[in-house]
Amino acid sequence: MKVAFFPQCMIDMFYPEVGEAAARVLERLGCELIVPDNQICCGQPLINAGYLEEAVPAVRSIVEAYAPYDVVVTPSGSCAYAIKHDYEKYLGADPEYGERIKELAGKIYEFTEFIVDYLGVTNVGAKLEGKATLHKSCHMTRLLGVKEPPLKLLEGVEGLEYVEMQAADRCCGFGGVFSVKEPEISEQMVREKAELALATGADYLVGCDQACLMNIKGCLDRMEAEGNLPRPIKVMHIAEVLDSGKGE
Amino acid sequence: MATSPVIYDDAPLRERVKNALADDFKHNAIKSAQETIVGNRNKCADANPLWEELRWEAAYIRNHVLENLDYYIREFAKNAEAAGATVHFAPTAEDAVECALDIFEEVHATRCVKSKSMVTEEVGLNEYLEKHGIHAVETDCAENILQTAGSKPSHIVVPALHFNRDSIRDLYREKKGYTGSNSPEEITKFLRSNLREEFLSAKVGVTGCNFGVAETGSCTLVTNEGNARMATTVPETQIVMMGAERIVPDLRSLDTLVALLVPSAVGSKITSSFQVNTGAAKPGEADGPTKVHIIMVDNGRSKILASEFRGMLRCIRCGACMNNCPVYRHITGHGYGTIYPGPMGVVLTPLLEGYENTDKLPYACSLCGACDDMCPVRIPLHRHIHKHKFNLAEHGHTSAPEQATFDMAGKVLSNRLLYDIATGSGSRGMKILGGAYGALGLSTSWIPVLRGWTSSRDMDLMAKERFRDRFAKRTPVAAELDENGMSAADRAEAAREKAAAGAHASVAAGAADAAEQDLSQEGGARA
Repeated sequence: MKVAFFPQCMIDMFYPEVGEAAARVLERLGCELIVPDNQICCGQPLINAGYLEEAVPAVRSIVEAYAPYDVVVTPSGSCAYAIKHDYEKYLGADPEYGERIKELAGKIYEFTEFIVDYLGVTNVGAKLEGKATLHKSCHMTRLLGVKEPPLKLLEGVEGLEYVEMQAADRCCGFGGVFSVKEPEISEQMVREKAELALATGADYLVGCDQACLMNIKGCLDRMEAEGNLPRPIKVMHIAEVLDSGKGE
Repeated sequence: MATSPVIYDDAPLRERVKNALADDFKHNAIKSAQETIVGNRNKCADANPLWEELRWEAAYIRNHVLENLDYYIREFAKNAEAAGATVHFAPTAEDAVECALDIFEEVHATRCVKSKSMVTEEVGLNEYLEKHGIHAVETDCAENILQTAGSKPSHIVVPALHFNRDSIRDLYREKKGYTGSNSPEEITKFLRSNLREEFLSAKVGVTGCNFGVAETGSCTLVTNEGNARMATTVPETQIVMMGAERIVPDLRSLDTLVALLVPSAVGSKITSSFQVNTGAAKPGEADGPTKVHIIMVDNGRSKILASEFRGMLRCIRCGACMNNCPVYRHITGHGYGTIYPGPMGVVLTPLLEGYENTDKLPYACSLCGACDDMCPVRIPLHRHIHKHKFNLAEHGHTSAPEQATFDMAGKVLSNRLLYDIATGSGSRGMKILGGAYGALGLSTSWIPVLRGWTSSRDMDLMAKERFRDRFAKRTPVAAELDENGMSAADRAEAAREKAAAGAHASVAAGAADAAEQDLSQEGGARA
């Protein structure tokens, strides 16, 4: 099965290992991945900051890059939401792109949604020892409505015990530009998120949105640097969890 | 400090947030209040199998009223007047307070008792009356605390969350000669005996109105302390101030909305006091005001009705959105500096006061959508806030450097050549800045563009090699195959094909059936 892969720009720039883990998981499941050359960013950071007009070039280039493919998968719940819902809502009437935006909305899947709902797989044969807790990121859980797939996949990982953190679906304080525009507020939110994750006693904090994870990891790293981290907790994208125990 | 009755603190958002965060007591009080109220609200919602349907029904009722608002306002006013009330219509906040003042002057009153009402705060009624020598006594406990302290509400439903029993005891000791302990019962008893005198001597009672019922012309009040009942039965004259949009068609729809309002607002099934007041006391009736004035306030609502923000007028002021808001949780009502805080306030305040007066309110939101989950009338609050952000950017309310940054970002993130240059130099630059620490730490927070992030968080460095470059060089891993030599994707595709073929087959079978029927008819005809 040919799958056009949208790695998400933050993974492309900062966390290529997450993209590679996601690619390996999908390939083991029998997908042949294509990463179009001209894909970069879905435009979500600009859209969420209110800069719709400025986001248009990014939106157009994503639509052009992925229009030729039947199935598009991205390891980022919020980007999947932006492409599936924001594009159509704000640019659906565009005479040149409107139709193609609607088509793309019908064929984009978030990574875990694709594996569980499209491929019908809940156990990818991964192994990871320890306890994991999941940050249920806002745009993926609440807006895209993908709630069960990550939990089902974590359940299928051999050796992994899931512990739910308190307020798992409360915002981590990233919110795109919000994190740097209102850092005083964002800092409070991410600190509480980090503390609630630590309170579960989990070894791994797992998520399906690398931007949220970057935020939470940044907070945990700073706590460690300041000597305020009570114990280590590893921040992992769910793709890395599902790629575990495969010897690569 | 205050630019209008709605905005009581016009310091920049950042300063307000800092001040709010400096108060640990307030910060923790709001956090635990959120947990308690949302916890109880969720219990009520879970216990009601029709909860989600009720929310749809309530949204529909409110939309229906808004779509026919001219009709319902006339209907409500007609029936209220038939029941003996006088209905006034106030296009602006000034009109509303002037109208109230006229009534006070007509009955020669210089004091009144008042129950909790947001719309009277919105129009600045108390301050206006005070200026004209009329003192309004707030009789709701929390409002009385705020009035006595000269403090501002930190929540629309539970406005004195930032006080505790000790500070309340000290307040009444200092201002009202209270001599008792910090026991809530004792303080309440003291307040009660104080207020009882006010109730018995007041010529005028002022209340808000949760819902006006068009069918009967009634004004309803949902309260917890019984003070509104006193304010609406003892004084001879009653003034009801209500947002002109706060109407329900009939008693049946009132039931739906009250059934949602109470759990959403305070997390309980019912309140201790619920009144449906219709018109004035008739001759021979034992109690109730003989003169009832209803002031219906527009104050920008007609403009909102005609705008893309119409849905916001569904709001029934329950405060559930702020109870679930992760931003409100930390900055509290005072961080917003407005009488309407939290998500509903972020939507409403710019509509009432204009973008130029609302500082950076819409940016105090991460667009997480937690508010939408709670709203009993399903207002898409976070989408409205998002619309504000679009409007602010589009109409030049954001700074020129910010606009230039986003314009550049849009170009770089859609052009491979620019992206390659930016990521190449970005990766090298971050490596230098990161140094031996291997990430951007606190030491980089002097750099303006990094400060927002690195003053409180580390930032991982950009990778030496991007995903796209690594992907282009790698060999794919082999698919895992089952005993039939099929991968998960093969099986999924086969199942899809089979399902599609099944769909075709059943269409074909249906066509064959129809053909057969035709044939048999034909055969019959032949026979």
